[in-house]
Order: sequence, then structure tokens, then C-alpha cells
Amino acid sequence: MTAKALDIHALRAQFPILDQQVNGKPLVYLDNGATTQKPVAVLDALQNYYRGVNSNVHRGAHYLSDEATGQFEGARQTVADFLNASREEILWTKGTTESINIVAQCVAREQLQPGDEVLISTSEHHANIVPWQQACLATGATLKVIPLHDDCSLDLDAFDSLLSDKTKIVAIGHASNALGTLNPVKHMVAKAKAAGAITLVDGAQAVAHFPVDVQDLGADFYAFSGHKLFGPTGIGVLYGRRELLDAMPPYQTGGEMIEVVTFEKSTWNQLPYKFEAGTPNIAGAIGLAAAIKWLNRQDRAALEAHENALLAHATEHANAFDGLKIIGTAASKVSVLSFLLDGGHPADVGMLLDKQGVAVRTGHHCTMPLMDSLGIPGTVRASFSIYNTLDEVDRLFAALEKVKTFL
Amino acid sequence: MSFDIRSITLGSDITADDIAEDLEFLDDWEERYRYIIDLGKQLPGLPDELKTEDRFVRGCQSQVWLETDYDSDAGKLYLAVDSDALIVKGLAAIVLSALNRQAPKAIQQYDMDGFFDRIDLLSHLSPTRGNGLRAMVAKIRHQAEQLDG
Repeated sequence: MTAKALDIHALRAQFPILDQQVNGKPLVYLDNGATTQKPVAVLDALQNYYRGVNSNVHRGAHYLSDEATGQFEGARQTVADFLNASREEILWTKGTTESINIVAQCVAREQLQPGDEVLISTSEHHANIVPWQQACLATGATLKVIPLHDDCSLDLDAFDSLLSDKTKIVAIGHASNALGTLNPVKHMVAKAKAAGAITLVDGAQAVAHFPVDVQDLGADFYAFSGHKLFGPTGIGVLYGRRELLDAMPPYQTGGEMIEVVTFEKSTWNQLPYKFEAGTPNIAGAIGLAAAIKWLNRQDRAALEAHENALLAHATEHANAFDGLKIIGTAASKVSVLSFLLDGGHPADVGMLLDKQGVAVRTGHHCTMPLMDSLGIPGTVRASFSIYNTLDEVDRLFAALEKVKTFL
Repeated sequence: MSFDIRSITLGSDITADDIAEDLEFLDDWEERYRYIIDLGKQLPGLPDELKTEDRFVRGCQSQVWLETDYDSDAGKLYLAVDSDALIVKGLAAIVLSALNRQAPKAIQQYDMDGFFDRIDLLSHLSPTRGNGLRAMVAKIRHQAEQLDG
């Protein structure tokens, strides 16, 4: 059975930003891997919070504070349900980068010893490389890197041979931001756990594309950003298994995260507050919950089928396009098409597409080691989301035909 | 050595005013960008042996190399640039039309933002573009300051 047909026009109408002209042409927004647009439900939630509820949380001295606290903690429950976790295991962060840094700081730097190893993959975003690299440099541990096959999927045989009793942490992207490759993280987490390693999955490029269940996945930590999930910027999530979070020292210290403070010492608040020093991003959390509730009201199977159709259509165009090379041809991908044009530097292609109203990302996509391993300076990346249309894919390729005449 | 920095005549036989007049005449974006790309294609690039770390200007999207040569007798700074991206190289050629073969004092005083605003390309000089162009202009200016100092 195919999923019920999607009313794409009704869906797009909920994203007001999409209805505009850029450089005199209707906007074609294909930079969803960088950030997604926000539905009216999210914009309204932010407005309503600041217009009617704004107050500091967890103070409890007055009506508005109770109201704000209720919405803020309700948002945490919404995220917990979204990931199939419990609310104590959901920490608010600034975004994926901070989520990973918390684990690198409070687990890796605390526990790693010389001779230990941290295992990542070649296709990781800098945010899932540099925190581990720096933790290794600080502790004398070694960073190990899983290589890629020619189609840019992970070499799982190499993963098996790199995994050993020295491996203390395995940190893998659920989907590659630069190429879209979907990694078999459930399988990898199971193997890593069997080897005794702590596991983290960088879900930044996954959560907007398909449902994620952290119990099913089995990972110790799961990180994502609100703004790539139709929510506001500046809010992200770190899911962590309770036993691990309990054993970790705090990340930052200050207000909110304490239980008792004297000038001599302090004791820490319970989970999840132990990791949330200072006034949190209340509006961001409420906005992210609004995005998740909005997404939950959609037919996610239909959205996934639609995104797969966009990718299939774009891939078909790309294969027929003279002088275009797709970078990343793994069988299993989220809706991302990374490519190079013969004789066209990605920066030139991106600028000439922008002139035609088509927004893509160009460059190394914060994956310099990946680009080095592929021997290229970067790519042009069209990353699709639920509100893109097949017509927009056609417009991308019509615009690329014009770009070719400049090169 | 076949590369001769002093053979680059942008800044003398083609001036910033010439470029501005040409661009003002071209009103659609396609003609303007074809013109910019052509300027870049006509500009001699740097030979690979000159694309060294000290001549490198890092951009997030594209890379620029800058070579300079000061003629102390004439009091003029000669410039050569290259980029791996066509449009950035063309924009760099436009920068050269204003700054090449000029005295250090004139280079320091030149209003590059004003020029790029006049030719409606100011967004390319924006710090957020990350194309290396702004850093290149700063590097030329820094050298001019040191020569003048």
C-alpha cells in the first residue's frame, strides 16, 4: 500500500517564508541540511510565549512563572516522547554541537586513559570530530577513523576490525550532512556495546527525515538540533541514559544546576537540571516542542515517501546531466544530493544558482577530512525537506543547465 | 621565470572607472556575471610554485592567493591574484583595477566598499560571504601600510 497522497500545497502554505522572490525569482530553498524553515505553529508558539507567558522557570513564586515552567517542562516531555525516552534523560542544549561537547567533556575527558581509543567515521561533521580529537589530545587517547567505500557508505568490515577492547567511545552520525549517507547505527551501536564502548549518535541530519526511537537504537547518547527539525535556533537536545548521566560530573556550574551552595562547596541538582546551568532557552524549548507536535500531526510515512520521491527524481536528473558527478551514491540515503559540475567550482555554481533563486550550500560542509579523503575542495549540496516539490527539483536542474553556459 | 607580475595592466590601462562604466551598461545579472567571469579568465593566474602558504588567503568557500611586488623607485605596488573559483577571480580582478600599480598611500585611502557599492557588488565583499575577497583586500592594505610606515 502506498501512503496517502500528500497535499504539498497545503503543507507549503504553513511555511510562510517559502512564498517569496529571491533575485527576482521564486525562492527554491534547498539548504535544509543547514537549517529547516519553521511552520506557523512554531512561529505562533514563540509569539504566544513572549506575549503571554514569558517568565523565568523553576522559581514558582507567581502565576506566570508556574505557567512558563509548565510549558517548559511539558516541552521536555514532548521531546522525551518523540525519542521514546524518559524526561530525566532529556537535556536542553544550544544544539548538536553543545550536546556532543557535553559528552566529550564529562565522559571522554573524565574517563579516557593513554592507550584508549575513540572511534568515529570519515564522514563526520566537524562537531563530531573536534570534541573527540581534543579530548584525545588532552588524555593521551587515540582517535580512530572508519574509512568509506567508494559509494561513501561506511566500511563495516573496517569498523569490525577497528573495534576492540581499547575502544571506549564510538561516535557516529546517523546520516551524513555532506552526502546524505544513512549509516547503520543500530547495528554499529550493538557491536560497540558488545565491545564495551560508550556510544553516541549524532542525529542532527536524521530527526527531520524519519522517526527515531532511542530504546530501539540502543545508543547511550543521542544528539540533535531544534533548528534542523522545523524548530528555532539555539535549542538542541542531548538524550543520555540515566545511569551515565548520573555518573557524569556537571558540564557548567552556576544557578539552576545546584542543590545547596555554601562558599566552601556545592551539591548538584537532580537530573536533568544538573546539566542546565543558568536560565535556559525557555522560548526555544517551547518552540521546539511546537515543531515536534506539529510534525506528529502530519502523516510521517507520507512525508518520508515524498522525500524519497524527491531524492529519486533528483538522482535521475543528475544521472542524465552531462558533466555532473554525484558525490555519495550509497544505496541508503536521506534526501541529500551532493555533486560537482565539470569545470565548475562549487562556489561558482552556488552563486549562479542563487542568482536564479535556488538556495544550496557549497563548500566543505564542515567536513574537511571527508573532502580531503575524496580529494575534492567541496561539493554543491541540495538538501531537501518535506515541503520541497518535484517541480523545484526540475527548477534546480534547469538552473544548472544555465550555470553550465557560464563555465 | 615566465610569470611577470608587472605585465598585469589592470589598474593602468583598465581602471576602476572603466570597470564601473562597463558594469553600469550591463543591466541583467547574466551579462554582469559573464563579464566578471571573463575578467577573471583574462587575468593571468599565479603559477603553482607561487601558490604557497604565505600567499594564501583562506576563504570558507573558495581560496585566494595574492602576490605583491613593490617598485621602490616608482613608489608603486604591483599585485597579482589567483583563485580556484571563477567568480572570485573575476571579483579579484576588479579589486586589482582599483589597487594595482598604485602608491601605498593611495591603496590605504581607497574606498573599496564605496567602489563595490557603486558597481552593485557590495554583498561579495561582505564578511559573511567567506569568499576570501575581503581578507584579500585587507592583506593588500596591510602591506601598503607597512610600506608606507
